Amino acid sequence: MAAIKLPVVITANDLLSGEAVYWHKSGIWSADLTGSQVFESLEQAQASLQQVVSDAVVIGAYLAEVLEEGNRLVSRHYREGFRERGPSNYCHGKQESLRQKVAV
Amino acid sequence: MYAYTEFDRAFVRDRVLQYRDQVKRRLNGSLTEDEFKPLRLMNGVYLQLHAYMLRVAIPYGSLTPRQMRRLADIADKWDKGYGHFTTRQNIQFNWPRLIDTPDILEALADVDMHAIQTSGNTIRNVTTDQFAGAALDEVADPRPYAELIRQWSTDHPEFQFLPRKFKIAITGGSDDRAVIRAHDIGLQLIDLKGRVGFRVFVGGGLGRTPIIGQELHEALPAEDLLPYLEAVLSVYNLAGRRDNKYKARIKITVGEMGIDVFREKVEAAFERLRPAFTGQDLSVLGEIQADFEPPRFLEKSQDVYFSALDSDTHFRAWVERNANPHKHPSYASVTISLKGHGNTPGDASAAQMRVMADLAERFGHEELRVSHEQNIVLPHVAQADLPEIYRQLGKQGLATANIGLVSDIIACPGMDYCALATARSIPIAQDIALRYERRESEIGDLKIKISGCINACGHHHVGHIGILGLDKAGVENYQVTVGGSAGNDAAIGQKMGRGFSFEELMPALDRLIDTYLAVRIDQSEAFVSTVERLGTIPFQEALYVIDKTA
Ligand code: HEM
Ligand code: SF4
Repeated sequence: MAAIKLPVVITANDLLSGEAVYWHKSGIWSADLTGSQVFESLEQAQASLQQVVSDAVVIGAYLAEVLEEGNRLVSRHYREGFRERGPSNYCHGKQESLRQKVAV
Repeated sequence: MYAYTEFDRAFVRDRVLQYRDQVKRRLNGSLTEDEFKPLRLMNGVYLQLHAYMLRVAIPYGSLTPRQMRRLADIADKWDKGYGHFTTRQNIQFNWPRLIDTPDILEALADVDMHAIQTSGNTIRNVTTDQFAGAALDEVADPRPYAELIRQWSTDHPEFQFLPRKFKIAITGGSDDRAVIRAHDIGLQLIDLKGRVGFRVFVGGGLGRTPIIGQELHEALPAEDLLPYLEAVLSVYNLAGRRDNKYKARIKITVGEMGIDVFREKVEAAFERLRPAFTGQDLSVLGEIQADFEPPRFLEKSQDVYFSALDSDTHFRAWVERNANPHKHPSYASVTISLKGHGNTPGDASAAQMRVMADLAERFGHEELRVSHEQNIVLPHVAQADLPEIYRQLGKQGLATANIGLVSDIIACPGMDYCALATARSIPIAQDIALRYERRESEIGDLKIKISGCINACGHHHVGHIGILGLDKAGVENYQVTVGGSAGNDAAIGQKMGRGFSFEELMPALDRLIDTYLAVRIDQSEAFVSTVERLGTIPFQEALYVIDKTA
């Protein structure tokens, strides 16, 4: 594995649904990347990872590389991009609920 | 069809109860994920990128209409209205919630289905020829043997912790339709002077180290099957490399030991184990075989069929591509394509599953099969009923006449779903199918297979054209192989050179296919034969022509 590029966020999958979730500044797990706590230091990120991850809520937590574009957060790697949106063959996953939100 | 005994039912029910309790304990915090993960995997529950995934076993790919309808109900109730049929002749649901998985398993148990041994280092679902019991070239129906192996291997105490997973495939006749030489053990039914026997291959496999299986036994009498398999497994269980996951498959064991030494060890083990098999296995086999009696074929007037062939060119094209000759002269085996142009290979909606179930009930002697090429087969239909079947399929977008053509692609889920993927495979399959839709009949037989990582779930190594999706410095990159084959002439495709980006891939395939069209003798020379005649160099040159001129 190549060295991790900063900045990073903490991501995992929700225990109940398996959905990709992100650790937010507000101290909750959320399905949105936007609002994630962004770490500029690997040590801090790893320390937080140990602290905030509870086996009872999420599984498979790790650090994911992001880019800050203006005040928007985007995933650096395409794998994380798919986790963030959903699959490309159907409008399922997060993109589905986004579309519903827009439609409302 | 094999009918579950009370023992089977109780066993499966018991597993559901155990699993329900395990999920409960996981959710109330008494089990950690580390403790729970192996338990959920043993019941077919994986974690993918966006959700959990449930992999349901379809033993040797056989389904009844009732089971197919139940899969449709599960898709509607607990998933997103569809299921994904895989090359392992299984079905996967991509969106179940953990808390629903016990209910899903219970719904499956109601129709004698389960998800046991769809993962882990065990003997997996035995795959077989999708035309079993129907094909013209068949020596004997492979399914009773597959079922016998299933019964012997399920919860076999010695083989629950093998060095690595173990896959067995059986084909019923001279034509290998089950890619047996890409499996840990491949079995081909043969005629031993009027008695049934097996040609046994060992050590095939794809993945990181693709190897074509070698012949271990040229003529094993059928009554020795289980003791012989047990001998192979026990040699592997001891000698298999447990120190390194990438060297743990039997193909590496056989490779390191050499086939001759391996065979000697198997024969020694066989001598030792043979006496323990006192014939109970054969009486079980006899009972199983009774469940697989062929249906009572019906004689129907062929008039409608012949007149439809004459008058409807679309129907005729579909029959030519999707109907396979049957043992019974006025019957056919129909392959229902799950490869509509632009669709996800292997996906079927709940509505489509119900139509297929209805057709099997009305016209197909209650049988459906899942082929390793990710299509659904009605093994026994009277030719007289083909026009009506075609019409009904058409209403559900299931009448695509493309079996064996460019768009009949095997593709793994790739990075759209799979947590292990290095690139996507589904969109590549969709793009190829749409791109060649108009030209594919002219191109003729050409099998493209796509995997989204080196694990090779999409069988890319044995595609006539294989495509492997990789991650090259954070960008999707596709490596092309040419000259693979999955049939009797099984071969691993050759890597052509550097990979292509997503955008470069389609133009590169155009050059490859145009070259084939230009150099083939005529339309009767299929792509594989042209590659065999000319080698891969002309194709390599076509792929990299831009490099040369740059
Ligand atoms: C999405 C979840 C999946 C995971 C996590 C997964 C994982 C793997 C892994 C790790 C291997 C390599 C094993 C080895 O060589 O020891 C493998 C091989 C394989 N898988 Fe999958 N797979 C998945 C889905 C599928 C699907 C959907 C299919 C069928 C379309 C499939 C069919 C196969 C086949 C045919 C192999 C062949 C390689 C061999 O056994 O030598 N897998 N899989
Ligand atoms: S080949 Fe790789 S990407 Fe495709 S399903 Fe298998 S493990 Fe996943």
